[in-house]
Amino acid sequence: METKHLDRVVIRFVGDSGDGMQLTGTEFAKAAAEAGNDISTFPDFPAEIRAPAGSLFGVSGFQLHFSSSEIHTPGDAPDVLVAMNPAGLKTNLKDLVDTGTLIVNTGAFIEANLKKAGYKSNPLEDGTLAKYKVHAVDINHLTMTALEGSELSNKEKGRAKNFFALGLVFWMYGREPEGEIRRIHQQFAKKPGYGEANVKVFKAGYHYGETAEVFQTVYKVPPATFKPGMYRNITGNEAIALGLVVGADLAGKKLFYAGYPITPASSILHSLAKYKNFGTMTFQAEDEIAAMGAALGAAFGGSIAVTASSGPGIALKGEAMGLGVMTELPVVILNIQRGGPSTGLPTKTEQSDLSQSLFGRNGESPLPVLAAKSPGDTFYCAVEAVKIATRYMVPVILLSDGYIANGSEPWPLPNLAAMPRFDVVHRTDPQSYFVYERDPKTLARAWVVPGTPGLEHRIGGIEKDALTGNISYAPENHEKQTHVRAEKVQRIAQDIGELDLSGAESGEVLLIGWGGTYGALRQAQQSLAAQGKSVSHAHLRWLSPLEPGLAKIIHNFKRVVVAELNTGQLRMVLRAQFLVDAIGLNKIQGLPFKVAEVVAAIEKELGVAATKTTSAATQAQANA
Amino acid sequence: MTEAVKLKLSKKDLESDQDVRWCPGCGDYAILATVQRTLAQLGIRRENTVFISGIGCSSRFPYYMNTYGFHTIHGRAPAIASGLKVTRPELDVWVITGDGDGLSIGGNHMIHALRRNMDLKILLFNNQIYGLTKGQYSPTSAVGTRAPSTPSGSIDHPLNPISLALGSGATFVARAADTDAKLMGSILEQAYRHKGAVFIELLQNCPVFNDGVWEGVKDDPAGKQVHLVEGKSLVFAGGTKGIRLGAGMVPEIVDVVDGDTSGLLVHTEKGSPLYAHLLAQLVQPDFPMPMGILYRTERTTYEQLAQAQIDDAVAKQGPGDLTKLMYSGMVWEVGADGTRH
Ligand code: SF4
Repeated sequence: METKHLDRVVIRFVGDSGDGMQLTGTEFAKAAAEAGNDISTFPDFPAEIRAPAGSLFGVSGFQLHFSSSEIHTPGDAPDVLVAMNPAGLKTNLKDLVDTGTLIVNTGAFIEANLKKAGYKSNPLEDGTLAKYKVHAVDINHLTMTALEGSELSNKEKGRAKNFFALGLVFWMYGREPEGEIRRIHQQFAKKPGYGEANVKVFKAGYHYGETAEVFQTVYKVPPATFKPGMYRNITGNEAIALGLVVGADLAGKKLFYAGYPITPASSILHSLAKYKNFGTMTFQAEDEIAAMGAALGAAFGGSIAVTASSGPGIALKGEAMGLGVMTELPVVILNIQRGGPSTGLPTKTEQSDLSQSLFGRNGESPLPVLAAKSPGDTFYCAVEAVKIATRYMVPVILLSDGYIANGSEPWPLPNLAAMPRFDVVHRTDPQSYFVYERDPKTLARAWVVPGTPGLEHRIGGIEKDALTGNISYAPENHEKQTHVRAEKVQRIAQDIGELDLSGAESGEVLLIGWGGTYGALRQAQQSLAAQGKSVSHAHLRWLSPLEPGLAKIIHNFKRVVVAELNTGQLRMVLRAQFLVDAIGLNKIQGLPFKVAEVVAAIEKELGVAATKTTSAATQAQANA
Repeated sequence: MTEAVKLKLSKKDLESDQDVRWCPGCGDYAILATVQRTLAQLGIRRENTVFISGIGCSSRFPYYMNTYGFHTIHGRAPAIASGLKVTRPELDVWVITGDGDGLSIGGNHMIHALRRNMDLKILLFNNQIYGLTKGQYSPTSAVGTRAPSTPSGSIDHPLNPISLALGSGATFVARAADTDAKLMGSILEQAYRHKGAVFIELLQNCPVFNDGVWEGVKDDPAGKQVHLVEGKSLVFAGGTKGIRLGAGMVPEIVDVVDGDTSGLLVHTEKGSPLYAHLLAQLVQPDFPMPMGILYRTERTTYEQLAQAQIDDAVAKQGPGDLTKLMYSGMVWEVGADGTRH
């Protein structure tokens, strides 16, 4: 037996949506985190809950990147592919690195499944897999054998097969099986029969690796080093829920969350519904509009009001969001983006709702918009959104996406005691109260809540007098209010921290990104910078107002590349704002960027930059 | 504070400083006056009272009340009111809506607010027309209504607001005419004391676009209305006619001879929902319209249940500990050497 040390491994589990690939991946990720690796995960599953078995569109996958050094992404291409059926192999083989390792469940490679996957001949026999290290294992059969004598039905036994795969990879990567066995027992505490069976199959998989002679190497990925402190593993949707609870606490207020079920936002509602002992109230509304409406009502009453959805639901909320703009009430609106338009790609990631966030309401209705860059960052963004909403009396849109919502990473736990409080104070003084009188610094109007004697007042969606808040159709007043609402959003810039810039403040290429593409962009920039290339990466947290730090540097580079998972929505904004000839790096496949794609695009621009003169005239010519 | 704790309020105390902008002769004036007078008599606390409306003529109502108010967007008032009520249960929340606002664009919110039994007092001004958008037919317009959008007459069957409210699970359902201040006042008073979802249909005249649409009912209170009195038979026309349930559960009008009301339906607000649904079906032109409280029942409200779940969670788990929450799940420590311990 040989032990080989590796710096990092990318492994992908694929199978039917009913095969338990998400569970297998999650458990293996826990084991990697437990062993001290840095990890990043990418669950990729179909919209159908139980797609027809064996179908190509029903393939569910989970990719895990674990490493002994710091990583930012789930990895470009898997080194190891575990395929539980022909459909999984068919749809994922093209991603496997050359000479990669392939573990195939031969038991599923029967005539019917091969046909469903569109294979004319069996790829295990026709040479298709020649360039890979193939481990053909009849997981179906071995699972049944392991459960001989069990009282479970054959169908139930079959369901345990993902634990065989899990056991096998545990052995391959030298993971300690004890922790996992404990976790299985815990997870199936209510159905001990299943727990027992899963443990048996898991052990069978582990021992198979040990005894089958084909597996002659155990791979070890040593622990990574992290900054000292306490850590936990967290997904974006878990972190955003925590951020909301903490944000409300820092504001000294109760949290009210209204939502309507939608992928990939629903799990936030599920999390918060469990936090009732924090005084958190959750409300599953009758539709998206009602969720936004209820949030506005709760904000009027003085709660920290939040609603969440994804693009289609945000479209429905649009009119009510406009009411929030007009009545200047603090609400946090989360958009966990997915592929669009319409129903689009519900379980896939995309950044195509930026324009919707910035412009997707009737009339002049600017709103603050910020975007989280990683699963753990959603926590801080949620806190910031609550702070800005209450300080400026304005609805705030926080963008996340399916990739960071479901993806996970090791997360250094924040020191809550060190987080500055921003306690809300409601006005109670009835002396000379004007409903739309504004704070000179933030332009916020006072947050007066019902129940306050002497301050009874009416608000609504009709244009308001700039001072009294009474209905006003006066032309100058409307123009003034329109400008004030815009100016208020711009003033938020005074509360925005430093620009997240990696690299020099001037040079050949500036790569600009926002949101969940952070990991791939930062890794690409760092690897090019390590080769001495003149590349910097600015990652925007605030999209409205735009980060003030960007204006200072954007003109200092020969080429500006804006990387987004859309056709160029931020690029359009930056071109308009800065008159800069920004180039787009765009991908609209429902998938995150690969580091290699970003590197290639920047290298191309570096080539352009090298031949580029600084003469404005020639520059204009080149652009034409 | 002096004003707030003043015990005796007058109607004037509930009038805001805004000019009322409804058309002259609009039924909304009468409703506003009755609401202001009744709430003043009830000695409400202005600061704890909130009027929330959608869009339409009736929805301007909150601007004229010297209480807290929120004039929202078309159809959404019940949703916005729900968010307020569930988070601030101590407030009295009134919803003002109309037949277009509450039954067409906002129909979904209406049924869900009612089924949840949110403690909201919903007043639906039914004038069978869209006033603010200049006279299109509404979901309560009779078949054949000629309007700018239906020059050949409307063809869709009208919706019965009372049936909808009962079917949705409202726990207090009533009806009054805009000009019947006495009946409306007494309904409002009982609605105010009711804990749960209140639905009151107010027959309102729009003299500009649908003048006289309720005239048949209002002109002839004796002949075209049945005044619902708890424990009393359903009689009308000065006691000369009554309503009983015939074969096949078909209601029928019979003459009352010598004051003999035996066999007639006897009104009870807290009767079976079946009876209430039957009352809802008594509509013009075949039957006089039942006026008063058609149905009421007691059911724990949504906001009470929501708060009870929170209280229960606090009792069982203790008040939330943020640090503990953050440290839940798989937590580990990285030591000074940068590796996991
Ligand atoms: S249009 Fe009709 S309902 Fe509207 S204010 Fe005028 S009279 Fe009243």
